[in-house]
Amino acid sequence: MTVTSSTASFLADATSSDAALRRFLHGLPGVDQVGAEQRAAGLGTRSIKTSAKEFAIDLAIRMVDLTTLEGADTPGKVRALSTKAMHPDPADPTCPSTAAVCVYPDMVPFAKETLSHAGGTSGVHIAAVATAFPSGRAALDIKLADVQDAVEAGADEIDMVIDRGAFLSGRYLEVYEEIVAVREAVGDAHLKVIFETGELQTYDNVRRASWLAMMAGGHFIKTSTGKIQPAATLPVTLVMLEAVRDFREVTGQMVGVKPAGGIRSSKDAIKYLVMVNEVAGPDWLDPDWFRFGASTLLNDLLMQRTKMQTGRYSGPDYFTLD
Amino acid sequence: MGFEYAPAPESRSVVDIKSSYGLFINGEFVDGSGKAFKSISPSTEEVLAEVAEADDHDVDQAVKAARRAYNRVWSRMSGAERGKYLFRIARIIQERSRELAVLESIDNGKPIKESRDVDIPTAAAHFFYYAGWADKLEYAGYGPDPQPMGVAGQVIPWNFPFLMLAWKIAPALACGNTVVLKPAETTPLTALLFAEICQQADLPPGVVNILTGAGATGQAIVSHDDVDKVAFTGSTDVGRAIAKAVAGSRKKVTLELGGKAANIVFDDAPVDQAVEGIVNGIFFNQGHVCCAGSRLLVQESVAEEVLAKLKRRMSTLRVGDPLDKNTDIGAINSAEQLAKIRELSDIGEAEGAGRWSPKCDLPDHGFWFPPTIFTGVTAAHRIAREEIFGPVLSVITFRTPKEAVEKANNTPYGLSAGIWSDKGSRTLWMASQLRAGVVWSNTFNRFDPASPFGGYKESGYGREGGRHGLEGYLK
Repeated sequence: MTVTSSTASFLADATSSDAALRRFLHGLPGVDQVGAEQRAAGLGTRSIKTSAKEFAIDLAIRMVDLTTLEGADTPGKVRALSTKAMHPDPADPTCPSTAAVCVYPDMVPFAKETLSHAGGTSGVHIAAVATAFPSGRAALDIKLADVQDAVEAGADEIDMVIDRGAFLSGRYLEVYEEIVAVREAVGDAHLKVIFETGELQTYDNVRRASWLAMMAGGHFIKTSTGKIQPAATLPVTLVMLEAVRDFREVTGQMVGVKPAGGIRSSKDAIKYLVMVNEVAGPDWLDPDWFRFGASTLLNDLLMQRTKMQTGRYSGPDYFTLD
Repeated sequence: MGFEYAPAPESRSVVDIKSSYGLFINGEFVDGSGKAFKSISPSTEEVLAEVAEADDHDVDQAVKAARRAYNRVWSRMSGAERGKYLFRIARIIQERSRELAVLESIDNGKPIKESRDVDIPTAAAHFFYYAGWADKLEYAGYGPDPQPMGVAGQVIPWNFPFLMLAWKIAPALACGNTVVLKPAETTPLTALLFAEICQQADLPPGVVNILTGAGATGQAIVSHDDVDKVAFTGSTDVGRAIAKAVAGSRKKVTLELGGKAANIVFDDAPVDQAVEGIVNGIFFNQGHVCCAGSRLLVQESVAEEVLAKLKRRMSTLRVGDPLDKNTDIGAINSAEQLAKIRELSDIGEAEGAGRWSPKCDLPDHGFWFPPTIFTGVTAAHRIAREEIFGPVLSVITFRTPKEAVEKANNTPYGLSAGIWSDKGSRTLWMASQLRAGVVWSNTFNRFDPASPFGGYKESGYGREGGRHGLEGYLK
């Protein structure tokens, strides 16, 4: 399929009613579980060494949404996290900063304060989770107020959760319209749509949710909140990467992908980058189009980076905690 | 700068290739009486070793050693004791798996990721599986007290040298037979390493004999009077000659020959996985696979979409150094095979089929052929009928399930087939209609020692693997 006015109207038709949307989503090609997992495992055997590893580690650092989403979050914690996002390795000025910090809406002002204290030149974005994160169990106007609050506080990226209850009971149009409403509420900010794939469970559902979110105007599709197990997995991300690739074929528009939760080692992060490279294509190898939602991952990336440069592993005490 | 994968070569230091190899007869390496030949690395054309050729006299010595071992030791040993030897061999294969994988990739040209993740682990699994049968033969369904055949003469091909050795030797030994095995002349090295493994396992002398050589050696083995059982995997032409040679004799024969399998993709297939299955079906092991899915039958309504996805996927395939861990497609096994693939591909082009390969740089030395597809192929094209045994796919369209069955079965071969559909009832119906020994559903080229494998029609007879694989070695 190529980009034509007929594909645009075809997508518009698909969202014209609940029945039409159901027909469209259920008409997407199925995902064979065994085959998808086999393909993900196969890509995981790529051996990324020397110059390729250096490239991948720096890229992965630049793709991290450094995250803290705890009830115990405080201004102090968020300031420390934001400082680390700007200078992940204080001993090495060549170390790139992360893509963003990711916090609850009420913590956005403290992140903004720290990041703009640096003259606003850090380039580190502020992502806020909203829409009654993580469960999404609230009325639409409350979710929209949550979004409004985050945007007004200075968040330039909003990570929303879909209504999994509505999705699993087949009320796709409701999910779609909610994403559309949030997309309007975020204004100029970027919208990431979280599926909580651990609750959707099947790869067919992941593919349907991906198309639903892309058609509703999400800038990114994101696997998980990090609060439900399993969170991000390679096969789930594979299905989402296939979806964004296919969506561009149809519409010409690129949508980003963000696996979040459970990615802790450089080795794992590199497997994801290999998958991005070979499934979606090299165009997605950019923080604008691929992110890691993570916290502990960053220190492992830093340790590997130092190891590549010095030939030695440094102990965890050489890297900052936050 | 893009994400360019740096070279990631597996170390060769784990293998120790000798400058010359003798024949393995009666538990020892001895000189051959024939004219020694060289085994080369197909990826570099470098000479790896000089290998002895077994002539009629050597074959006679080997069969005599096998007969002695059969009469005096192996057929008298309890199944439980035979099983212990097989378990021991299986464990040594696992322990030396890296060495075996590297040697296989050097001698055969296949990518290390396949020898490491498929060939060697599956070979070990085969020995484990048949080790378990050794003391349970009376429960296998071949009578209350099944007996071994005697001496088995076995000839194996170059595409999966070590795995085919395991397919042949494991069930033969489990059933109480002794063997004389000839590896292919272009890939003898892992079989010779297996001879060392037999020594390491203290296998009684003569139970396994390995003779290297070319066609004449194989002929001498299968036509030797004192061989009771012949097992062959290879081309249909040679299989036919063997069937003629043993006709009228007491010898029991199993043949596993060529194929031209249909990989059938319906419009409701899980399309991304189907594309993986097409790639795996024809480009696995450079397409040097008798059960390769070399005919893609795709439903016309989705042909364009499937082909577009297939081409995009093919352009990510990495062709090159077999020892690089990121290589997907290695070297063609020999100059002779490369010439055959080129010839049939040129014929396909001359017959008007559309030829396409992704852009890929092939190394200067060695034998290489890019992954290739032919579109617009019809049943009348030679590339739709003849086995190419290389990374070349013929794409044919169909309209209905009935037509898919007719086209899939319209071949003298019948080794395997694949069906891609989310509709289980149709898959089951198709499987019952297809005349092929193995039918894969939403997968392709999956092997398990517990699953029987073998052909219909000119793809051979007899089954290897599973309980069925015992039958050829029992009377």
